[in-house]
Amino acid sequence: MSNYSYIVWIPLLPLAIFLVLGIFGKKYFKNTSGIIGTLALLASTVISFIAAHQYFFVDGKVNGVYQKIIAFKYTWLAFSPNVSIDMGIIIDPISIMMLVVVTFVSLMVHVFSLGYMKGEVRFATYYAFLSLFTFSMLGLVLSSNLFQVYMFWELVGVSSFLLIGYYFDKPSAVAASKKAFIVTRFADLGFLIGILILAFYSGTLDINTLIERLTAVQSTHFTSIATAGFLGVSMLTWGLTLIFIGGAGKSAMFPLHIWLPDAMEGPTPVSALIHAATMVVAGVYLVARLFPVFSMDASVLTIVTYVGAFSALLAAVIACTQTDIKRVLAYSTMSQIGYMMFALGVSKQVGENGLGFMASMFHLFTHAFFKSLLFLGAGAVIHFVHSNEMKDMGGLRKLMPITHIAFLIACLAIAGIPPFAGFFSKEEILMAAFHSNKIIYGVALFTAALTAFYMFRLYFSIFWSKESHHHNSHGEGTVSMKLPLIILACCAVGVGFIPFSHFVTADGSALETHTDMLFSIAPVTLTILAILLAAAMYKNENDKPAKAAAAFGALYKAASRKFYMDELYLFITKKIIFPLIGRPVAWVDKNIVDGLMNLLATITAKMSVLIKGLQSGKVQSYALYFFGGIAALAVLFIYLWK
Amino acid sequence: MNGIPLTHIIFLSTALFFIGMYGLFTRRNMITMLMAIELMLNSVNINFVAFNKYLYPDKLDGIFFTLFIITIAAAEAAVAIAIIINLYRSHRSIDVEDATEMKF
Repeated sequence: MSNYSYIVWIPLLPLAIFLVLGIFGKKYFKNTSGIIGTLALLASTVISFIAAHQYFFVDGKVNGVYQKIIAFKYTWLAFSPNVSIDMGIIIDPISIMMLVVVTFVSLMVHVFSLGYMKGEVRFATYYAFLSLFTFSMLGLVLSSNLFQVYMFWELVGVSSFLLIGYYFDKPSAVAASKKAFIVTRFADLGFLIGILILAFYSGTLDINTLIERLTAVQSTHFTSIATAGFLGVSMLTWGLTLIFIGGAGKSAMFPLHIWLPDAMEGPTPVSALIHAATMVVAGVYLVARLFPVFSMDASVLTIVTYVGAFSALLAAVIACTQTDIKRVLAYSTMSQIGYMMFALGVSKQVGENGLGFMASMFHLFTHAFFKSLLFLGAGAVIHFVHSNEMKDMGGLRKLMPITHIAFLIACLAIAGIPPFAGFFSKEEILMAAFHSNKIIYGVALFTAALTAFYMFRLYFSIFWSKESHHHNSHGEGTVSMKLPLIILACCAVGVGFIPFSHFVTADGSALETHTDMLFSIAPVTLTILAILLAAAMYKNENDKPAKAAAAFGALYKAASRKFYMDELYLFITKKIIFPLIGRPVAWVDKNIVDGLMNLLATITAKMSVLIKGLQSGKVQSYALYFFGGIAALAVLFIYLWK
Repeated sequence: MNGIPLTHIIFLSTALFFIGMYGLFTRRNMITMLMAIELMLNSVNINFVAFNKYLYPDKLDGIFFTLFIITIAAAEAAVAIAIIINLYRSHRSIDVEDATEMKF
């Protein structure tokens, strides 16, 4: 086994940049901070590519199975000889895959931001936050200890909060950042409890040991967690469900998805990095990381499947009605993550049945490229027209040729048209769903068609539709904005051809996949029909969209209002939680908890008034008390103490 | 011994102690109070020496204690007089009744 300890530099470089730019950025690197951050991240990216090459092609494989390697381990906090919080680095196919995705997309976003964020007052702060986020995300994917995962999970949440609220003088951005933080924090509570349950029964926080102990059916640990129950459900199910709630919060699964669309208040490159390619797939990654344990409990996998499928469908329906292009992309992200989730849900741990796992990871991989491309393309468009609304756009294809082509490629990729990247991964997911659950397959197929429809609605509304009234005053954008678009477009075309199943599978051994031409006919035909429909409705300006909206009536209205989820949450919090729980708790706090403290203080004050007369300032009376005391003690000890 | 019983000496030292104590409580002049304290210390010294002599004639512990007390008393007198001088400088008086600011 060779040495992988150099991997520790991949997260440490962004951390160093965060510290340098965060502390000295405003003073010394006002204009150069972007270059510094980008160069450091370039180094990280190169190292992670080297690591990926070494792992996948040189020495990661032993007897045809990719090994889990602990590259670095440091016991940070030991509670007892068995339970400790370690800072470690785990290397296995999914962590290496995520390493490549995170560093690469982050690099693209860093480069894009050089142009997009140029002239911002808090330029250095922006890059410091980006570096912090990259560090946390890399730490998260490399964590070898569940508690370490949790810490980086929170760090990721904080950096997401900071970046969403980057334009802190905009009240909507502030509200959005708070919302994202509170909703994900709420879900993280479930995650923490889940971790504690698993750790309590398995007696360890180390991921590998935990998986080992909880997957051995005969072991005492597994018996204890599977037999112990609460409310008639075994502790294993509870623990895994709670962990899944944490993952669902970060990954914007129904019903914890409400923060994601609002998170689009952040700068667009940030949305591309955090809310499309990396952070929001953390939930998927978490489930994949603990997948051997998840696969021990069919009921949790069923929950994962149905939550994922429902989120995918719901988000796709909502995405068809939104007019803010970033919100369309946000819902599309949620929908695609739903795909990844239910692909995991229908998967099994070993062999052929592990197709869903592999498909999920593959989709995560391809999605990262084409979705960040979509966001960066949207960023370029927003940069050009200074608006997020579809109605302000249209006919941009001549003014922004490169963005236009890149965006088209990304749309084709996400719609799943061969030979673009999304086709391959989506095909695997559909295949996995088809073989295990026909209902899920139906939902997935319908969602795929919807995806194609709303993506091309977006595409045609931005680049075709009415004639542009914009003047080509400041061009399409700087080179640093075009370059990432071109590179990512190449990726969106190319990454689908990677024989992914040879590298990343549930059990580490290669899996043969066969693309079945006959199987592909249904989804591809549906997708093409959806695209044609979108073209008919949105290619030229006409009244068909309005008619369609009227035809769907209530459904359209509900979907455009996001099915009243926000209103529902507001109702629950304002009308139920605040008056029934918040106020009584506040009353108890004010009157009983504070009251007790006030009572103690009052008693002390009264006592001091009573006895302060003794403190007369007269030396001789003090001496008298002293002698009196001594005499009393003498009497006590000589005559009374028998 | 030569005829003086231990009780007599203890009478003497007790008398001396309570005279000192009376002085400490009644005098307002700090120098006098200091002298009263010295009286009390000396009564203790007499006790030590007497008990040493009458009860353990072949040991010297009581005498050692006495020597220490005399030394400490000298040091204490120096400190006390320094305090008195400072008090005089700030209050223009060495009457304890005039220095009662340190109260509630």
